[in-house]
This record gives sequence, structure tokens and C-alpha cells, in this order.
Amino acid sequence: MAKSSTTFRYDYAQSPPVDQVGIAERAARFTTRSIKTSTKREGLNMVLNMIDLTTLEGADTPRKVQQLCYKAGHLHDAIPGLPHTAAVCVYPPFVKVARKALGNRSPIKIASVATGFPSGHLTLEGKREETKRAVGDGADEVDMVISRGRFLSGDYDYVFDEIAAIKEACGKARLKVILETGELATLDNVRRASDIAIHAGADFIKTSTGKISSAATIPVTLVMLLAIRDYHFKSGNMVGMKPAGGISKSKLALHYLVMVKETLGPEWLSNEWFRFGASSLANDVLMQIAKIESGGAYQSPCYFSQD
Amino acid sequence: MKKNTNWEYAPAPEAAKIAKIAKRYDHFINGKWTPSQSGKTFRTINPATGRKLSEVADGNDADVDAAVKAARAAYEGLWGKMSGRERGKYIYRIARLMQERAREFSIIETLDGGKPIRESRDIDVPLAANHFFYTAGWADKLEYAFPNRNPSALGVAGQIIPWNFPLLMAAWKIAPALATGNTVVLKPAETTPLTALKLAEIIADSGLPEGVVNIVTGAGTTGAAIVNHPDVNKVAFTGSTSVGKFIQQTIANTDKRVTLELGGKAANIILEDAAIDQAVEGIVNGIYFNQGHVCCAGSRLFIQESVYEEVIWKLKSRMRTLVVGDPLDKNTDIGAINSKEQLKTIQKYIQLGQEQGGDMYQPTCKLPSAGNWCPPTLFTHVTQSSVIAQEEIFGPVLAAQSFRTVPEVISKANNTPYGLSAGVWCDKGARLFQLTTQLDAGVVWGNTFNQFDPASPFGGFKESGFGREGGLHGLAAYLEM
Repeated sequence: MAKSSTTFRYDYAQSPPVDQVGIAERAARFTTRSIKTSTKREGLNMVLNMIDLTTLEGADTPRKVQQLCYKAGHLHDAIPGLPHTAAVCVYPPFVKVARKALGNRSPIKIASVATGFPSGHLTLEGKREETKRAVGDGADEVDMVISRGRFLSGDYDYVFDEIAAIKEACGKARLKVILETGELATLDNVRRASDIAIHAGADFIKTSTGKISSAATIPVTLVMLLAIRDYHFKSGNMVGMKPAGGISKSKLALHYLVMVKETLGPEWLSNEWFRFGASSLANDVLMQIAKIESGGAYQSPCYFSQD
Repeated sequence: MKKNTNWEYAPAPEAAKIAKIAKRYDHFINGKWTPSQSGKTFRTINPATGRKLSEVADGNDADVDAAVKAARAAYEGLWGKMSGRERGKYIYRIARLMQERAREFSIIETLDGGKPIRESRDIDVPLAANHFFYTAGWADKLEYAFPNRNPSALGVAGQIIPWNFPLLMAAWKIAPALATGNTVVLKPAETTPLTALKLAEIIADSGLPEGVVNIVTGAGTTGAAIVNHPDVNKVAFTGSTSVGKFIQQTIANTDKRVTLELGGKAANIILEDAAIDQAVEGIVNGIYFNQGHVCCAGSRLFIQESVYEEVIWKLKSRMRTLVVGDPLDKNTDIGAINSKEQLKTIQKYIQLGQEQGGDMYQPTCKLPSAGNWCPPTLFTHVTQSSVIAQEEIFGPVLAAQSFRTVPEVISKANNTPYGLSAGVWCDKGARLFQLTTQLDAGVVWGNTFNQFDPASPFGGFKESGFGREGGLHGLAAYLEM
């Protein structure tokens, strides 16, 4: 599953330019796709199955993480046949709690943020240490943050080497690399950071920590998907994508699936290659599904558990 | 959960029944619905199904004469004496009425012409309303628009419009004519008369004085009657180059003013430093917009050789995601070809392209059984001397060539009898402008394609015609100064 880190250096100057106006136009086209009936129902199920159910708060407790783990497998038992989420996403100290709650044979993955999340201001040694401990405690996936300060200062080699080092520390765990696009200022930077992360061995590239106001958007995600597509065309290797933060409505989530399908192809439409990092999206999707199942009546949010 | 599902889009059709289409439409002359004096009618059909939508009056010389007389009387009467401010009120009212009924207009445009509802809803109808809004604002400011030149109206304008943008072209013609104080006799194309006739309904609702706008339906002979009528002061034509030449010959001995917006064979030039993915989007938008039934379509693609392979694979991959089919479906990207005749013309060119050695690519797509359809088509390794690189096809057919140097691509791009539009894709501003200034085309787009705005003049050089529509230039074409 986890592919080995590429060993060759990537020529950062080769990252192609991105035309912001053109990206915005293409992004708008995805949102005019009209997703109806069976496509909508199927899409909503896919969305649920692609969610990394997330809690990343200072006030997190072991009890809350346990609740989250249960919810991941029992989204809304009133409707039979719903999928489970792809993963739960927690801070490193809660990985053990989550592993205990889910057991060893759960299909639900445990993702842990690491490397001094969300700022990334930690020594490289500390980052490796944190990553190894999270994986040792039972994390299947590691969500690291890149050093945006180094990136913006032009020290691309540092960013590349750091990602490669964390990839190594991950062992068999899959690595998601958070670019924190809201701090990267331009789409050209988003593209270059995506290329660096992919070539340094990322299994997934991820937009945001969710901790700053400008999180995942359709244009930013499109730029990252195009980087994945170009890499796939050249190398034959697939890389996953995870937009995170700011996706809380079903309709928007379905537009993301449209974008993935039309940019990368339907092969990416599974939680092996596409994830949503979200906390409140699941309940909105559940409300939409309940509406469809009940023949068109919206139900009160109080019927859906908040964990 | 199933893996690798293709997740095809379920049908999402717009509700056709919202559109009220009468069984029969007469001419709109002097504010009244008037049958043909010959009693003849013709059918207008839905190109996506082949079914009849309505019967429309077939105009002859007598019908055109009645319309021109009504327009003359309106010009000599109320309208010619009306202040610009009052004229502006009527034009604003037409614009607002069009916005209010936008959904119905877009559905009828799609039913009658075959273009995707996404385009008629998001482009044709809003843009048509915008043209009325834009020119309405100038109606009382013409002296400021053209200072010290005493602008005055010409009189009766005879206007003939094509089938590719039926409502939008009607707006391009009628709005500036009204703002400048002229009266109008307009003939929509015989395959797509319905939205112009719906526009007549709005014009009647707006209370515009009788005879200011007259709409006569019919084919080429009806158009010829307008061009030939001695009491028409100005002819405005959008359509094919051959008809444009005929019009120029016809009016050569008269003092009629004329503007012609004719064919095109635009070059779309991709330089090696362009943002390739966005350029590919622009290529698709340039040629497959409105099934390629666009006079300014970017039908000749020039790619710098170092990025040729990349552009082609990305273009093919994008073509595979285009949805071809029911124009009323909100997810359709490419609708029906406007008529059987046009489909035959396109197929003839596709045949020729293959015979002359081009490599053809068409994505596999499920086409409906009835109606007129042509999948998006790309020819690679096309030579400059082959027919598909020289003649206007007016369909979703793109001819790609590579080039090495900028002087080479400039000479190739200009090596055409047409000169309507062009596009250049390049990441360096200075290089972009250096190139665009050397292209013989009325409109040159930089890092975009097929952008239209009421404030921006549009028109061509060489066999693409002369005169400009839109902006102040578009108003000047209807003024004596």
C-alpha cells in the first residue's frame, strides 16, 4: 500500500505555472454539474466512506476520542447499510485510546497528526520522534505539516528532505503531507509544494490543518489534483488527495467528487485515494441521506448524534 | 463500498414544459402579429429529436415591405422625435423583462437550436440582457460618447442574424439600433426563429411604440428582400462570408450603410511557457463551445513543439470528460448540431481531414439515436495546406499543428483569408503582447478564449467582415456623425 520514497531529487524549477483565473473558471464548472437521484445517493455514501472523522482540539479527552471511534463505525444506525468512515484523525497522545476503542482488526484507519501540528515548529528530531511514537502506538496513517516558513523562504531542499525523513519514520504507515495552502499565498506555490511533497514520498497530499481560516477550496484542490495527475502520467504511481477544513455541506462534497472524477478519473473515487478531513460534514451527509430515505422530508439535526 | 465505480451522472433535465411555444408564429409587424401575405409557413424543429416545435410564417417581398413601411412610419413619428432618456427607459424595460423570463428563454433557445442548457442559461440569455442594459445607459449620453460630432440616427435598420446565437445576436443588433434612435426590421435564421419571436412578445409587453421593432421570419429570399428594400438605410448582417459578399454586391450602388460580421478560422496559439492545464481548458472552450458553431471559434490550434505531446494528451483526456447528448440536460457540455445540413457539412470536412492525412481522435461517447450529433473531434499532424486548416467548418472539429518559433507561428496564424479572432497562451506578459499585436484579427484573447462583454467591441478583418458590434464602436455603426 505505502509506496517507497522516491530517491531522485525533483527539479523545483520545473513546476509549471498556474493561471489563477483559468483555475477559478474550471473550478466553477465543477459546481454547475447537477448530481441527481442514484448518482447523488451513491455519491453521498462515497463521501461518508471517505471521511477522516476528525477531532483536533486542545480540549479533546480520551472519552471524546472513544465516542468518535464508535461514531466512525456507527454513523447513524437508524439507517441500515451505511458505510463506516475511512478513518478517525486525532492528536498523537490519543492514538492508543483510539486503537483500544477500534481494536486491531477494524477496517477504520487511525490517522494521527504529527510533526508539531499545526504550526510545524519543532525540531526535525522531535518530528521524527513524534511520528515514530504515533505509528508505534497504532497509527495507520500520519498527517504531517510541512515547514511553511522554510518553503516560503525558498529553502525547498529542506522541505523535501524533511518530508523524506518523516516518510522514513512512518515505516508502513501511509503519510499525508499537509501543505497548509492558506499560508502559501499563491497557486504557483501550491503547485510547487505539491510537487515537492509527491516526489519526497507523500502517499497523500492534504490542503490544510483546519486551524487557519483559509482552508480547502475547490481551486486549491484542483491545483493539487493536477499535480497528482501529472505525476501519475509520468511515473504510473497514484497519490491520494485530502482536502481538509471548510467542507461541511454535502453539496460541496459532491462537487469535490465531480472534480476528482473529471480530473483524475474514477479510479480515485475510493477512500484509498481520496479523503475528506472534516468533523461536521458527516452529519450533513447523514441528514441528506435521511431525507432521501424518508421520501423528501428533512429531519431535525437533533436526531443525529454529535460527538 | 464499491471500488472504481465510474459514478456516471444520472439525467438532470431542465423542465421543457416551462417554455410556452405557440403552435404557430406570424410576423411581428407594426406591433401586431401578422400572417404571411402568401399564407406560407415553414417548420422549425428541435435538432436534438428531429421533432417539430412550431410553424413559422415564411416572409416574402410584400411582408418585408410592410415591415419596412411600419419601421419608417415609427421613425418619422413618435420614436424619431423621442428623447434619448425616454428611449433608454424602454430599453431598460426590455432588459428587465428578459431577465425575468430568462429561464423560459434559455429553454427555448436550447430546444430550437440544440445548444446545451448550461450555455443558454449561463451565457446566451444573461449576455443578451446585458447588451440591452449596456446600450440603454448610452441612449441619453450619445453626445458625450461622441463629443462635438452631433450624432443622429440613420433611419431604418435591416438586420439579418444567424442560427448559432439566435437571441444574443438579436440583442447585439436591436439594442444598439434602439439606443441610437433607429427603427428595426430583423430577420432571425430560419432554423432558429423562436427566441426572436419570444423577444417580440417582450417588446410588445414593454410598450415600445408600434413599428419600432419588426420581426419578419423566413429564409434567404426574405433576407434578400430586406437587403434590397430601397427604404432601408442600414444593413447589419452576421452570417457566412459568401452571403456577406453577396450583400456587398447588392448594395454597391446604393447609399446604404453596412456592417458585416462573417466567418472565421481563429488561431489558438500555445507557447511553451503557458499554464498548460488552463490552456487546454481554453482550447476546449475555444472550439467545443456551442458545438463549434461559433464564428470566432479557435479552430486552428498551434502548439509549440516542446509542449506538443503534453498538450495533446491533456487535451484528449479532457475531451473524454465532455458530456455529449441531450441539450436540456444540465450536465451536457456538447449539444446537438443545429441542422441536418450543417451535420452533413461537418461530416464532409471530417472525411476530408482523414483523406488528407490528419490523425483523427474522437472520444467514445454514447450518442442519442434521433437528432443530429457530432462528437468532439481533434485532428493532429494537420498540414497548413489541408482543407480542414483552411476552411471554416463551423463544427466541433479542431485542427492541431506544431510550430517551433514565434515568427513562424505568426505567419502561419495570419495565413488565412479570415481575421476575426485569435488566442495566445503564455505566462510572460511582455511576450504575450509582443505576439498579439502582430496578429491580424479583430479580437485577440490572452490566456483566455471566447470572452464577450457588451462594453467590448467585436468584429473582424479581411473576409471576416467589417464594422464593430458592442461598446461605443457598436453604437457608432448606427449613427450619422
